[in-house]
Amino acid sequence: MKISLILNNKKITEDIEPDMLLIDFVRSHDCFSVKRGCETSNCGLCTVFLDDKPVLSCSVLALRANGRKVTTLEGIGSEAEEFAAFIADQGAEQCGFCNPGFVMNTIALLSENPHPDDEEIKSYLAGNLCRCSGYEGQLRGIKEYLKWREKKS
Amino acid sequence: MEGEEVMKSVNSPVRKKDAMQLLTGQPIYTDDIAPSNCLIVKLLRSPYANAVIEDINTDIALKVPGVEAIYTWKDVDQNSRRFTLAGQTYPEPSPYDRLILDRHMRFVGDVAAIVATKDEKSAAKALKLIKVKYNVLEPLLDFRNAKDNKILVHPEENWESLCPVGADNKRNLCAHEVNEMGDVDKVLSECDVVVERTYHTKANQQAMMETFRTFCTIDAYGRLNVVSSTQIVFHCRRIISNALGIPKSMIRVTKPRIGGGFGAKQSSVSEIYPAFVTWKTKKPSKIIFTREESMIASSPRHEMEIKVRLGAMNDGTIRAIDMYTLSNTGAYGEHGPTTVGLTGHKSIPLYAKAEAFRFAYDVVYTNVMSAGAYRGYGATQGLFAVESAVNELAHIINKDPIALREANMVKEGEIMPAYYNEPNTSCALDRCLKRVKEMIDWDEKYPCRRVSDTKVRAVGMAMAMQGSGISGLDVGSCSLKLNDDGFYTMRIAAADMGTGCDTILAQIAAEVLECDVDNITVLGADTDASPYDSGSYASSTTYVTGKATEKAALELREKICRLGAKILGCSEKDTEFDGKAVFTKSHDKKVSIGDIATASMAGNNIALEAAYTHTSPNSPPPFMVGAAEIEVDTETGEVKVIDYAAAVDCGTPVNPNLARVQAEGGILQGIGMTLTENITYDAKGRLAENSLMQYKIPARTDIGRIRVEFESSYEESGPFGAKSIGEVVINTPLGAISDAVYNATGLRFTELPITPEKIAMGLAKKSI
Repeated sequence: MKISLILNNKKITEDIEPDMLLIDFVRSHDCFSVKRGCETSNCGLCTVFLDDKPVLSCSVLALRANGRKVTTLEGIGSEAEEFAAFIADQGAEQCGFCNPGFVMNTIALLSENPHPDDEEIKSYLAGNLCRCSGYEGQLRGIKEYLKWREKKS
Repeated sequence: MEGEEVMKSVNSPVRKKDAMQLLTGQPIYTDDIAPSNCLIVKLLRSPYANAVIEDINTDIALKVPGVEAIYTWKDVDQNSRRFTLAGQTYPEPSPYDRLILDRHMRFVGDVAAIVATKDEKSAAKALKLIKVKYNVLEPLLDFRNAKDNKILVHPEENWESLCPVGADNKRNLCAHEVNEMGDVDKVLSECDVVVERTYHTKANQQAMMETFRTFCTIDAYGRLNVVSSTQIVFHCRRIISNALGIPKSMIRVTKPRIGGGFGAKQSSVSEIYPAFVTWKTKKPSKIIFTREESMIASSPRHEMEIKVRLGAMNDGTIRAIDMYTLSNTGAYGEHGPTTVGLTGHKSIPLYAKAEAFRFAYDVVYTNVMSAGAYRGYGATQGLFAVESAVNELAHIINKDPIALREANMVKEGEIMPAYYNEPNTSCALDRCLKRVKEMIDWDEKYPCRRVSDTKVRAVGMAMAMQGSGISGLDVGSCSLKLNDDGFYTMRIAAADMGTGCDTILAQIAAEVLECDVDNITVLGADTDASPYDSGSYASSTTYVTGKATEKAALELREKICRLGAKILGCSEKDTEFDGKAVFTKSHDKKVSIGDIATASMAGNNIALEAAYTHTSPNSPPPFMVGAAEIEVDTETGEVKVIDYAAAVDCGTPVNPNLARVQAEGGILQGIGMTLTENITYDAKGRLAENSLMQYKIPARTDIGRIRVEFESSYEESGPFGAKSIGEVVINTPLGAISDAVYNATGLRFTELPITPEKIAMGLAKKSI
């Protein structure tokens, strides 16, 4: 079946199988940042924006994106890089496999709530699992980023 | 600390070289770079824990459009030499007990057929259409009854043990040994108190975010090119050679970025299948394990039951430790004979002053998934047992657990009899203990305080050690080369799996070559290009490969000076090098590193390249102390770690940021193992926790704070005083949290995980 959508600001029209998942669709369009980690919708690795709201692309059919806007980490380069640098400064990226989903969801958090406290950060990102970092370095990185943003504005 | 004030790169929190590439989601992992025309490799897995394939029919499955090939046991000589998937130095202590396709299924998930198809859908269809007739046998599921059981997991005649580890397949024994010093029974009989307990830990999963995966192609020379998420490229080459029966010269193994390993990828869990398919079909192929496959057929921690007898006097003097470990290696023996050794050798030495110890073990086969290597590698289980027994001793003789440790723990300079009689060359365990006591505010908080009708807060602590590489065995190498403009390339085969070894090894080289870390590029882990290295495991990279890197850099410095001297027309002895230029000692003449590099490429016969291989006769232990403050809900039994304070002695932290994150991550894995990560099998040997929904690794809302500080000793034999960090950090939460649970509830748990159900039931029983 034919779908038409905007992927990272580019219009795509394509014939797809009706059971194709959004994660497989975006990966087939070279959005390799989107990772599969669990198959049970609870690791957060495959987070993308569907019309600017974070969704798990492993749990969304590609055809649900028909007529809508899909954004992956590849599509928000500079904002992501600005934030990511603060995680890098903590060494909290570690293996990196969970990073894209974590970065996407943090950006979603900060657009909904620009000044979150520690508990709000943890709760919003609860669905983003990380096996390497113990989460502390990620939290430090987010807080440093928030401080820097505050100073900048 | 000696040398510390002059160090520029080492002990500096530089960013990981690949950090921004990882964080911005670049395509640098196995599945991102696999050719798009790869055949999809899928495995048909046995639904039975013990069965022999009577008949397997692939005729209908082969007719599914898109199916390229299906392989069964009929395609593999059942009498050929068996092999192990364990990544270990040859001859491997792990028994040779596998075939690539075996007629005998030994656990639920064992491989009955390999399917190679053009796409995922035809693979799924073909798997369903393979008809298998199994002769279902009674499975052996209880590891306590495995030794000398009438059911044999490996009855076959071509089972083989290459090393004298006490293995005997006709007794279900993968290994057996007894070590002792002094007369344990006599000393125990003289003790005022003997704490005798049996501890049980499960086959916990590494649960790295990237599951097992590999792709293979045939290269321009007709060789098998294997790209895999592996910690052990060289061992992997041997394993594939053994499995396929082809020469090692026909195989190249490389690793791209790895999405976590934690030891899981120290076994070649996924490589042999696409290797087999590509070698047979000469077409590219790939296998991506599903999460379910990564849970039911991988390489988790060895389940262990550890019996401890700890003898002490009423004044708190610990005099003897007697330990017996029963380890469950599952259906195959990967890492079975070696993990078990650490349960005693890396726990008993913490109390090296004791007059006597005995450490005996059996490792047995059963019909559950094979175990493997997981961070801590047996030390984790052994330390849970010993530290829990010491905590219980403190309660029995009414002594503070920290004071009890102060009086008994091993000190720098002491000999550790249970640690192969190695001297304790560098040890800040005493300072770690003191620091953690302050960090957690122990005197104020021990043992517990009630914060409401249903909430109790309590603290508990534990100590830990590990090793730094395998003494006299692990080999680390580094090759360094000077290039145009004066930048360096470094070739290694240690595998950066997120840990940051590409960066910390570059830091070590930069320190010696007096250049910026950015001036060194790293090529990691390629069997064709890298100098030989055992691989990244056994906490060896910083200490062993790090030392090789330091030595390689020193050698390269000499070569740079040699060519510099030739250019300057002076003797080599008359030169100095400051990273930027070679000078004569009088400083009247100099030539820049860039000019030396340029000169090396014209009319030159001095190779500006140095390779160094290092091994260490010793394995200096890193040490650690951890203390947990928990809050127990006495109605629901829920435990939350609200604060975890830890002090680590890893020698000089080469990169304090990366060392800290290693520690924080390891601690949280230990917390998961203690409280939530369970493994349960049903009566037919099927694993219940087969997804991340059931197997509960901690989320960020499950934990309060984790605080890590460093109390560094200086290890003379390590690079710039460094020891290891990777594994020791997982070892303290088990003992610390279980004692905190006791302090909060009066319930003593000797089996992990301590789930809310167990606490709630225990409290209910107590109140009756």
